[in-house]
Amino acid sequence: MANFSTNEFKAGLKIMLDGEPCNILENEYVKPGKGQAFNRVKIRKLISGKVLEKTFRSGESVEGADVLDTELAYLYTDGEFYHFMNNETFEQIAADEKAVGDSIKWLVENDVCTITLWNGTPISVTPPNFVELEITETDPGLKGDTAGTGGKPATLSTGAVVRVPLFVQTGEVIKVDTRNGEYASRAQK
Amino acid sequence: MENMPPAPKNSWQPSASIEQIKARAQLLKQLRHFFDERKVLEVSTPVLAEAGVTDPFIDNFHLDYGFGNTSSSHTLYLHTSPEYAMKRLLAAGCEHIYQIGPVFRHEGSGRLHSPEFTLLEWYRTGFSMQNLIDEVSELLQTTLRVQHVEQVTYQQVFLRFLKFDPLVANKEELLVAAKANNIDFYGDSESLDRDDLLQLLFSEVIEPEFAKQHPVIVSHFPASQAALATLCNDDKRVANRFEAYYKGIELANGFHELTHVKEQRQRFEQDNQKRLALGKPPMPIDERFLSALEAGLPDCAGVAIGVDRLQMLMTGAMHIRDVMAFY
Repeated sequence: MANFSTNEFKAGLKIMLDGEPCNILENEYVKPGKGQAFNRVKIRKLISGKVLEKTFRSGESVEGADVLDTELAYLYTDGEFYHFMNNETFEQIAADEKAVGDSIKWLVENDVCTITLWNGTPISVTPPNFVELEITETDPGLKGDTAGTGGKPATLSTGAVVRVPLFVQTGEVIKVDTRNGEYASRAQK
Repeated sequence: MENMPPAPKNSWQPSASIEQIKARAQLLKQLRHFFDERKVLEVSTPVLAEAGVTDPFIDNFHLDYGFGNTSSSHTLYLHTSPEYAMKRLLAAGCEHIYQIGPVFRHEGSGRLHSPEFTLLEWYRTGFSMQNLIDEVSELLQTTLRVQHVEQVTYQQVFLRFLKFDPLVANKEELLVAAKANNIDFYGDSESLDRDDLLQLLFSEVIEPEFAKQHPVIVSHFPASQAALATLCNDDKRVANRFEAYYKGIELANGFHELTHVKEQRQRFEQDNQKRLALGKPPMPIDERFLSALEAGLPDCAGVAIGVDRLQMLMTGAMHIRDVMAFY
């Protein structure tokens, strides 16, 4: 993988740090008139998700990380691995539980997810912004109360728990925003 | 803000608003009036120079000049400041001079940086560092409409914000201070020297914290950061160098000027040693400038102010591109 000088740093560049692939979030050039220039860089580690700040001397070089985002459809889990497929090439790839992380509760068969690959191995899975899931359990709630004050918890088919309005019932399919885990609407059928 | 995508290659609009373009004209008028009133002469020296600068952390743009004779092309430099040429004018008998014009530095760009920017530089013969600090304060009061400009020493400001004495702290103590202030170095911090660490602590810890209400002039920089300033007679650990700061922006750098030719040559040679240690090519020394010192540079003080940054502070602009017609 190519090396990148701090002069090439910009948001979105993937570099290696402490043996872990990282994404640059922000890069600020600091240079006193007569002094050494530095780059103050905000970085997200792509495996641990940790965000940190590093100070680089300007001109220093860092190894780039071979990180690639791909769009793959979720197929199934065999209990240990989560299998995804490229809808064009039909190539399949398996991500382990660590890579799937919290996204596990938003995986819906045939939904296209963004899989981040590092040296060809999945390191993270991002579900679509909206997924449709069936409610497996929720309190019947009070009929006629449509004001939606606070709502009630509902368990979905994947095990995710979201707050839903009181009028939504067990067995219905709802649309959830995966970015904040909030109820969006009833699914259009 | 730092990471905006670059403008498309065919975008033609100015980066500054029409209001800012008018504000620039107003500022230039105000500056010329300021110096006119004080009988300081406006001068123009070439942007294209035969020699560059040896400063370890200031790099010239190089140009290849081969007009009329391609077999003997030679290197010319875009000046990084008009300092050497203006000092040659002082040695030739000009007394009080100022210049406003573009300067070029081969370095990164960002919120406060552009490889080309506008510099105001002026020299006063017979002025001490304090005389010039007073004049800079007046200029800042006039242009920025502030009541008061504070003055502190480099030592005082470190004691106040970092609780250590920058004139005695060793490298280990500076690394500890950096760590305590969440500065986490990539790679090997061993190759950084004391001055690199002091400057980084200054820009990362002190600059954002002080000079919020009014500009602050910091004087008596460590002798190791003297650049082209004389050392202080009462305390050789410090130089007659000052800088002005306001709202997190480094605005001005001034010296009581070194006039001693031997010491000047030594400093250039030291700079080149440092350049070599940093893996940079040494720069040819400006012999015409040294000859002028040899002939006799009058006792003087000089200062340079970033005009774009001054305009940012005047108008509240957040990025240097907002005050430059084209960035």
